[in-house]
Amino acid sequence: MGMTVAEKILARASCRNVVKAGDVVEPKVDLAMSHENAALVINQFLEIYQGTNLQPKIWNPSRVSIIFDHRVPAESPKTATNQKKVREFVLSQGIGKFHDIRGDVGGICHQILPENGYVRPGSVVVGTDSHTTSHGALGAFAFGIGATEMASVWALGTALNIEVPATIKVVVKGTFKKFVGPKDLILHLIGRLTAQGANFKAIEFHGPAIRLMRTSGRLVICNMSVEAGATAGIIPADKETVRYLRSEAGVKGRIDLVTPDRDAVYDQVIEISVSKLEPQIACPHTVDNVKPIKDVAGTRINQVVIGSCTNGRLDDLAVAASILKGKKIADHVRMLVFPASGRIYSQALAKGYLGTLMSSGAVVMNPGCGPCLGIHEGALGDGETALSTTNRNFKGRMGNPNSQVFLSSPAVAAASALKGYIAHPRKGAK
Amino acid sequence: MGKVVLKLADDISTDVIYPGRFMATVLPTETPQYAFADLTEFNAALRGNQIAPGSIIVGGHNFGCGSSREQAVSTLKGHQLTIVARGFARIFLQNGINLGLRTVVCPDVEASEGDELEITELEIINKSSGKRFSVIPLPSARQAIIDAGGLIPYTRKLLIERTGRAF
Ligand code: SF4
Repeated sequence: MGMTVAEKILARASCRNVVKAGDVVEPKVDLAMSHENAALVINQFLEIYQGTNLQPKIWNPSRVSIIFDHRVPAESPKTATNQKKVREFVLSQGIGKFHDIRGDVGGICHQILPENGYVRPGSVVVGTDSHTTSHGALGAFAFGIGATEMASVWALGTALNIEVPATIKVVVKGTFKKFVGPKDLILHLIGRLTAQGANFKAIEFHGPAIRLMRTSGRLVICNMSVEAGATAGIIPADKETVRYLRSEAGVKGRIDLVTPDRDAVYDQVIEISVSKLEPQIACPHTVDNVKPIKDVAGTRINQVVIGSCTNGRLDDLAVAASILKGKKIADHVRMLVFPASGRIYSQALAKGYLGTLMSSGAVVMNPGCGPCLGIHEGALGDGETALSTTNRNFKGRMGNPNSQVFLSSPAVAAASALKGYIAHPRKGAK
Repeated sequence: MGKVVLKLADDISTDVIYPGRFMATVLPTETPQYAFADLTEFNAALRGNQIAPGSIIVGGHNFGCGSSREQAVSTLKGHQLTIVARGFARIFLQNGINLGLRTVVCPDVEASEGDELEITELEIINKSSGKRFSVIPLPSARQAIIDAGGLIPYTRKLLIERTGRAF
């Protein structure tokens, strides 16, 4: 019986020839990622060693990555003190892949890992962040865990008692219309599956539309797979993965592509054709409340956010700039742009995208999570509405439970910023 | 035996259980004050110690979806609440097991606020309505962590066993 990509990766990492959905394994971890919540991981890690006579020591500091992104620069003394504690720990343990608050090598964890070549096809990646599913875009098995589970990984180098997930196969055919793309596809799929439709399962993406998609778009798809509850979203690695790793992430060594067996067993198969797909919008207050744009076009908005680990990449900023070039956003709209990393920020600056966005009236902020999680900046007023390219619209997500968040692609966000209400980016389209 | 103190719908996210704006607070001794911070009345009752330890929250499907923040578990554990739900999101369920929050998967559960529930390994008996509902037992891999007293003692044991030999 053949294996899915998830099964193949978990079999290799657990030193077994074969595993199948439902088996319990203890895979070796190739990369363990945390952000500011490393402060909590450290507490739990030290606790494991209490009363043991053993020195607290990370199993392999070169496989640990810590990235400050959620609250950068620190918004409060508490956060700043936690970040200081993490820095000291990083030094004392010799953690290699640490990204502090910097304009050159800093940014959001789910962009930093890919752009630095930390993730390879076939890797097992764990992260103390639910959107760790992003890294499946490079053909890895990547999933989110809690802080205590991460402490356990730091100590042992393995993830304990992992159940091999069943896999949903999604086959995507057709060609996207102009200004329709990966974000619309994944929103559509989440609407179909519902927020729990892939709970405890992996999703494996196939089909010509996926094969033609750049890694930046694949990251969007895998990033949001968790919004259907998936343990992991995986795009089997191919030529594009190799191109990205070699030419954008600077990877030199060997790259092994892991592909599913022809007779792999899937939980279900879903086919989607994107040729007729129009822009999709997730409406308040759940990500699976997805509607085609015509159903919500005209909804007045107060704030537009372009950025995050979902849509803060160079092509996202490029499309927004192309729509806004030479035009002004509506008077009643505040537009906040936050590139996903320092590298993307510099590239967008060099290409003139940031200048274009600023001339239109957008505020360009430093790389990081920004208003996405409602801690730090860009809060909404009572009764206000945001249109955001981020990945969650739960009640209170952007800091105010008395506000509403709609989710869309960068093209829709930019076109809507111009009008002041949710609007289709294609002229004349509804 | 415990009383249902809060009944919730499907898809309750960790942003509802523990809003992101309190995420700089990480210590399990400090997180309980922000449990369901935006459900202001319920939060006030928790903080005023008007909710007895062992009280029960009944949720729908996909309880705890969203962020992996462990505060969403430590905040409930701090009040010694039991969570009964038709289903849980994966990371929340795992975090609950790791930290010793009592979580019970009961796909057909019917209960209203104020009902008294008796929870056994196999079923939930709603003392107020007289109805019984089957409980789905945890997979043995997860049960092992609970039996060890949580993931920290479980990992500590493995670490001691494995230290000194190549792994
Ligand atoms: S941008 Fe938003 S979703 Fe992404 S890692 Fe940051 S807080 Fe999480």
